[in-house]
Amino acid sequence: MNPVTLYNNDIFTNVPVEAPVERNFYPYADNGGTSLGIAGADFCLMASDTRKSSGYSIHSRYSPKAFKLTEKAVLATNGFAADGLALTKRLGQKLEWYKHAHDKEMSTPALAQMLANTLYYKRFFPYYTFNLLGGIDEQGRGVLYSFDPVGSMGTEVCRAGGSSAALIQPFLDNQVALKNQQGVQQTPLSLEAAIRITKDSFTSATERDIYTGDYLEIFIIRQEGTTIERIDLKKD
Amino acid sequence: MVTKLEQPKGGFNFDNYQRNVALEKKGITFPKMTKTGTTIVGLIYKDGICLGADTRATAGPIVADKNCEKIHYLAPNMYCCGAGTAADTEFTTALISSQLELHRLTTGREARVATALIMLKQMLFRYQGHIGAALVLGGYDVTGPNLYTIHPHGSTDKLPYVTMGSGSLAAMAVFESKWRKDLERQEAIDLVREAIESGIFNDLGSGSNVDVTVIEKGKIDVYRNYAKPNERGVKEQSYKFKRGTTAILKESIRDIVAITEGIEEMDIS
Repeated sequence: MNPVTLYNNDIFTNVPVEAPVERNFYPYADNGGTSLGIAGADFCLMASDTRKSSGYSIHSRYSPKAFKLTEKAVLATNGFAADGLALTKRLGQKLEWYKHAHDKEMSTPALAQMLANTLYYKRFFPYYTFNLLGGIDEQGRGVLYSFDPVGSMGTEVCRAGGSSAALIQPFLDNQVALKNQQGVQQTPLSLEAAIRITKDSFTSATERDIYTGDYLEIFIIRQEGTTIERIDLKKD
Repeated sequence: MVTKLEQPKGGFNFDNYQRNVALEKKGITFPKMTKTGTTIVGLIYKDGICLGADTRATAGPIVADKNCEKIHYLAPNMYCCGAGTAADTEFTTALISSQLELHRLTTGREARVATALIMLKQMLFRYQGHIGAALVLGGYDVTGPNLYTIHPHGSTDKLPYVTMGSGSLAAMAVFESKWRKDLERQEAIDLVREAIESGIFNDLGSGSNVDVTVIEKGKIDVYRNYAKPNERGVKEQSYKFKRGTTAILKESIRDIVAITEGIEEMDIS
């Protein structure tokens, strides 16, 4: 006997319509970490920790999220690490094309505008990154720009971004922009003071934010060139 | 018109549940509890029990307390590590500790660890997991060394080495590779310290220092901050403000005159 005939053929016609099954795909993650930028008169300081994590897990203790894009600009990405990397790669390619087309490196303000355009180009499937772009302009002055994920740009003097932004920003407003201080003399911030404030910002954020720690990288961008300093942070 | 008032016949009432769901939909956020993302461990060695815990308490991504105590006193021969909702671990251990004290007084004997275990698990089961306490219970009684874990719903395990909390996997990895029967006292403490440090460094919910408690027959040693592998370095500069930095918005000086007419007698009726 043919085994197929054992089955009731009606089963294929009488089967009830299955209820729709919802399936979800989350293309984004939050990989934590903190960045900071301070624009001085003739320098710009960009700093990021190097911890990459999600949930209660550390994925990497050294995964930098601040990158030197040109000799005079550094980009610090925060939020979703994969998008930060993809965005950095894309900007690197665009900068290469610009160099070949115009036989010069792009200026930092131009790079900032290009970054805003690049972000807005993906308005309906954004790069989930909160960016800080710091460097020096064509006159050698320190400049700092901050961006939201879809390309809204702002010019800043001091800015913190990432998981400890809310912890560090008020401190920066007080110590760099000298907000809420009566009768304090407005002397231009020295590079040494900016470095001290940056280090204290990160060691303090590491104390209270579980997503900040491991190592700190400080980029110092000046007319003479860009230097990088690496410092240990707590690893718990 | 209502002619008869209906008497509720008992059973569950879900009015408040429905109210809370409705309120939450309207965007009201309910108070968040402090969860101690934690590493707690315990093991049996040759002469007794060694318990360990980290000291970080978290509220979401923020560290709420850098040096809290997670090894709670239960009885003179028992201690209990707590992970989960901070208030729940604190109050359950305090409540059972109080009941054990009364138990000792009425029986005139030292309470057994199994007694505490059953009191804890029955209480947690009664609350169907709503008391978010995950415990490691250790003690030494007439039967010898005893070590248990208790989950928030009331299930328990009796094992020679145990871990709990968000750092339990990191700590268990250490135990699985290094624990053996009849460890010496110092070997046991070193292994517990290593397990907790594994949680401190590899689990973001755990951090700061290592607390250790050693329970032997008729002797308990509490080593608060047994290891401090995460001391904060010195700051780069001082942030002391000069006097007068904070703006004064309004200033008014008044003469305060106290007028007392006679002395009234104190009412002692």
